[in-house]
Amino acid sequence: MVFAAFIAVLGIFPGVYVGTSGIPIVLQNAGPLLAGSLLGARRGAMSVALFLALTALGLPLLSGGRAGIGPFLGPSGGFLLGWILSALVAGLIVARAKRPGLPVLLAANAAGLAADYLIGVPWLGFYTGDLPAAAVQSLTFLPGDVAKVVVVSLIAALLYRALPGQLAGSAKRSA
Amino acid sequence: MTGWYEPGTSPLHRIPAGWKFLAVLALAALVFALRSPVWLGGVCAAVLLGYAVARVTPRRCLQLARMLGMLVLLVFAMQWWLLGAGQALVVCLRIVAALAAANLFTVTTRVEDLVFAVERGLRPFTRLGVRPDRVGLLIGLTLQAVAALSMISAEVREAAKARGAERSIPAFAVPFLVRTLRHADELGEALAARGEGDG
Repeated sequence: MVFAAFIAVLGIFPGVYVGTSGIPIVLQNAGPLLAGSLLGARRGAMSVALFLALTALGLPLLSGGRAGIGPFLGPSGGFLLGWILSALVAGLIVARAKRPGLPVLLAANAAGLAADYLIGVPWLGFYTGDLPAAAVQSLTFLPGDVAKVVVVSLIAALLYRALPGQLAGSAKRSA
Repeated sequence: MTGWYEPGTSPLHRIPAGWKFLAVLALAALVFALRSPVWLGGVCAAVLLGYAVARVTPRRCLQLARMLGMLVLLVFAMQWWLLGAGQALVVCLRIVAALAAANLFTVTTRVEDLVFAVERGLRPFTRLGVRPDRVGLLIGLTLQAVAALSMISAEVREAAKARGAERSIPAFAVPFLVRTLRHADELGEALAARGEGDG
């Protein structure tokens, strides 16, 4: 639950605008990956689900102060719902590993990101009625997202070293 | 923290939250079924009429319009380039109708009413182990945690700056996450001490 709040706090940081494209690259979607890789599949996904539920209830927790059910019904709603799967997938992979080092975390977060696109792109395609076009559009976000996967993995690896035996599969903890 | 809710006494404010939510979902589904720009334009007009009925303040309308406008412009440009103007228009009208309706819902529905509606909606699932009475507690605790973490984040940033490491992402993220997790542990212990257990 505190991690849901953590994702919310990530939303406080304003998006970084790249060039003049008008698409903000937000830090917030690093949150689900972090939640998955640190808390494990069940708790990670639950944290993300809670965060999304609070957003849907109308609390302005999404970056840019967005709130309500609007963001979910919009063209990028699939990417929001995909966050849950993202945390789930990343958490599952991390839990499988004996000792989650950087390679494992990179793989887990990359898979998590792919899971998000797996829901987000068809959703967008459903909106526009053209799946290939949706895929092309989503490519704009790929470089930023890949950078986030790398950064999240580095940070998660540092945290596994800072808190040995306390994260993900190894211990009971309250999310 | 305040949401988008605007107090009012219009019919739209008075519809029970659960029904209103279902209505918005039905409208979103309808919008996807429609392919003719004329009909879609009609739905958009109806939703905009809803804003007038609910007497949403001009300031809020402007804020919502600006948000929606940016998105629509971007989507329109992209769709035009990829699929042509006709399809782009249909897609954008869909977005306007669905999002304007969803935002109208958020503006005219109190968060408390919505929480109550969720609690009631979950009641049939009690037998499956769902505990609807926990919804309020969960929301309250999360909001409190948002405040606590905002403070921690400010402190950690200050500390990183003092070490001359304000540009380093790990110098901020790692201590922030360590303290976040510690906060989660403390909260978990506090809940366990009060017999609320794990979960």
